[in-house]
Amino acid sequence: MSQDNKQTQGPQTTGHAWDGDLQEYNNPIPNWWLYAFYISVASAVIYWFIYPAWPIGGSFTKGFNTITYVNDKGITKTTHWNTRALLMAETNEAVAAQKPYYTKVANTPFEQITKDPELNSFVVSAGKQIFSDNCAPCHQQGGAGKIGFAPNLTDDDWLYGGHFANIQQTITGGRHGYMPPFAEVLTDTQVSQLADYVLSLSKIAVNPASAQAGDVLFHSETAACYYCHGANAKGRQEIGSANLTDKIWLWANVPGADTIAGKEEAVKNVIRNGLNKGVMPEWKDRLSADQIKLLAVYVHELGGGK
Amino acid sequence: MNTGIEQPVKLYEKRIPVVTRSVKGRFRNLKSAILLLAYSVYFVLPWLPWSRHDAASQAVMFDMDGRRFFIFNLVVYPQNVFWLALLLFISAVILFFATSLIGRAFCGYFCFQTLWTDLFIWVEHLIQGERPARLRLLKQPWNAEKVIKIGSTHLIWLLVAFWTGMTFILYFGYAPDLLHRFFIGHAAYAAYVGVIGLTLTTYLAAGFMREQICAYVCPYGRFQSVMYDPETLAVAYDVRRGEGDRGRISPKGELKDRQTRLNQGHGDCIDCGFCVQVCPAGIDIRDGLQYRCISCGLCIDACNNIMDSMGYPRGLIRYDSEANLAASVPKAPYIDWKRWKLLGYVLAIVGMSAGLIYSINQRTDFEHSVQQIRQPLFVVLSSGEIRNRYQIRLTNKSDRDVQYRITAKDLPSGALDLGEMQNVTVHSGKSVIVQASVKLQPNQTKKYEHFEFVIQSLNNPTDRAVEAASFYSEKAE
Repeated sequence: MSQDNKQTQGPQTTGHAWDGDLQEYNNPIPNWWLYAFYISVASAVIYWFIYPAWPIGGSFTKGFNTITYVNDKGITKTTHWNTRALLMAETNEAVAAQKPYYTKVANTPFEQITKDPELNSFVVSAGKQIFSDNCAPCHQQGGAGKIGFAPNLTDDDWLYGGHFANIQQTITGGRHGYMPPFAEVLTDTQVSQLADYVLSLSKIAVNPASAQAGDVLFHSETAACYYCHGANAKGRQEIGSANLTDKIWLWANVPGADTIAGKEEAVKNVIRNGLNKGVMPEWKDRLSADQIKLLAVYVHELGGGK
Repeated sequence: MNTGIEQPVKLYEKRIPVVTRSVKGRFRNLKSAILLLAYSVYFVLPWLPWSRHDAASQAVMFDMDGRRFFIFNLVVYPQNVFWLALLLFISAVILFFATSLIGRAFCGYFCFQTLWTDLFIWVEHLIQGERPARLRLLKQPWNAEKVIKIGSTHLIWLLVAFWTGMTFILYFGYAPDLLHRFFIGHAAYAAYVGVIGLTLTTYLAAGFMREQICAYVCPYGRFQSVMYDPETLAVAYDVRRGEGDRGRISPKGELKDRQTRLNQGHGDCIDCGFCVQVCPAGIDIRDGLQYRCISCGLCIDACNNIMDSMGYPRGLIRYDSEANLAASVPKAPYIDWKRWKLLGYVLAIVGMSAGLIYSINQRTDFEHSVQQIRQPLFVVLSSGEIRNRYQIRLTNKSDRDVQYRITAKDLPSGALDLGEMQNVTVHSGKSVIVQASVKLQPNQTKKYEHFEFVIQSLNNPTDRAVEAASFYSEKAE
């Protein structure tokens, strides 16, 4: 490198030189940046003391910050700060905020709740949440139900009764629907006749002669359907037997079949094989009485109750 | 061996403190008047009582918990966020308009940074004295006098900054109560964070950063210069008059006489430097229009005072437009508002303001929404009738309890079922959900596919809302 090429302006170097003229620039970062870095370091150290931070073998430093919450058994606990306890503490706050409303729901008769706009609004919004968390897996979101699986709660048909108290009882104690299979007792013709009769009750055009025969069979001791479904086939809510005269189907997917034969087949299936699946679990151990009461009002409103 | 080592190129230049001289004059008075007005509004407004039914009796309050803003008699709900958007648009266009017309008037007279810096400089002046005394104080070693003077300045700054932050917080709660709770340690966490944050930022921005905020931080300052036209008024130094042919020169001996100066080819500028000393941005306006200039006019006052004392005509530094300054025979400075751009801005301001006023006047005292329940879309009832359900949410925004009646238009009688809620009373500021169901015979559904809900306040006949709704049913075979 010739002396002529020597730069007259340029950056500061560290003073190190290799191979005669190979140098290292010294470009320090701005001071504000440096101070921000120092502050970050200091904050980190403070953080280590306050919050759980360092793993030590099978344990860790817990920090001196504590948090207090009430667990689901009602015991007040104080522990080192952690996000799980924070969630519990925040849940406690939310529960406390809802508490006055729940108390009011618990202390108000059913009919009065639906007359009080603000209480009713609380039921609609809180009920929707409880329903989504607990009931929607079977009864579907919004209570629409599914034929052959779980009853639709938004219509006006109630197997076990649609009064507030009925619904409350259903949720509290659960239900178990049962219908015996008739495949071994009745002939195929008899099953067809019964199916036609049941369809005719819902004003579906079937062979009148077959339906007539079914009518007789229905009320005879051979099939003895009237034991459970009643002489007028309107069902009995005390045992949860279905009303066969309305247009609502729970187990036989009659609306889903396009042909009369298909509809018949759906009903015949139920008569032949019976049912042992209308199982609604009991909720008294999973939900509080207040929650169940609120849910009963919510479900009552879904279907307009009865 | 250290060949090639030279002066480092600095990436970061240390701030040279701007120690401003105080000045008297028209623009200083204008600035002081605006400062007084703005401070009065800001610091007094949270303490202005206002009679109100259901909430704190404070004229302006931003009630975060209740999710509503009280601005005198106007209550603003989140649904009215559109007003805020419109207000921001209007403010922006007013800024564009003013900047095109008279330059950075916002920066020089109205900006918080300018106002607070101005006050802080005034405090400095009050305690430490005029510019030469302050410069002397800056240079002198630390002794009792310097500690007391600098210390008390900072103490007062901190108090002002604290009260600035405190006042801001007072807009978010009932002031007397919030102030009390703040000092006994019972205020919300956010209040302490807010006060500490604003105290520090005010103290730093107005006490230390000052013109650096305008030069490096503020985005307004950056884009306001874009709106300048040749016709825009700006603080300008009349170079032709000030420098003459042979430049500025101090008035010594015979050069004090204006005629002599002119004859010798010198201009009116006596190079006293007052315009530089009074500038809060620390610039020399004689270098021409520059981005750091906040257009506050203090240099005009300073120069006019000098011109007066010299017996020269005023206006060597003045508000004038580039076009006029460049004209062969400059006219007296004038505000040139007859420009298409400005008229467009006026049109926009008038249009949007009218829209905002109309919208505020048209507000109903309640908010409503009608939502069709879509899980399921419709239900076939045991009788074969079809039912649709709707959720109607009513929010009473007025300051008293109101009873509403919900009815349906274009539906057969008896089709609408509201349970117990045909007439529903909603408390002031509360919301209520009403479940409505509509029941139709299968053969009616086609006829009543569309209908309307009518929500009518029973207390106020003009408060009425009509909401279209539709009815779903099975597809036609």
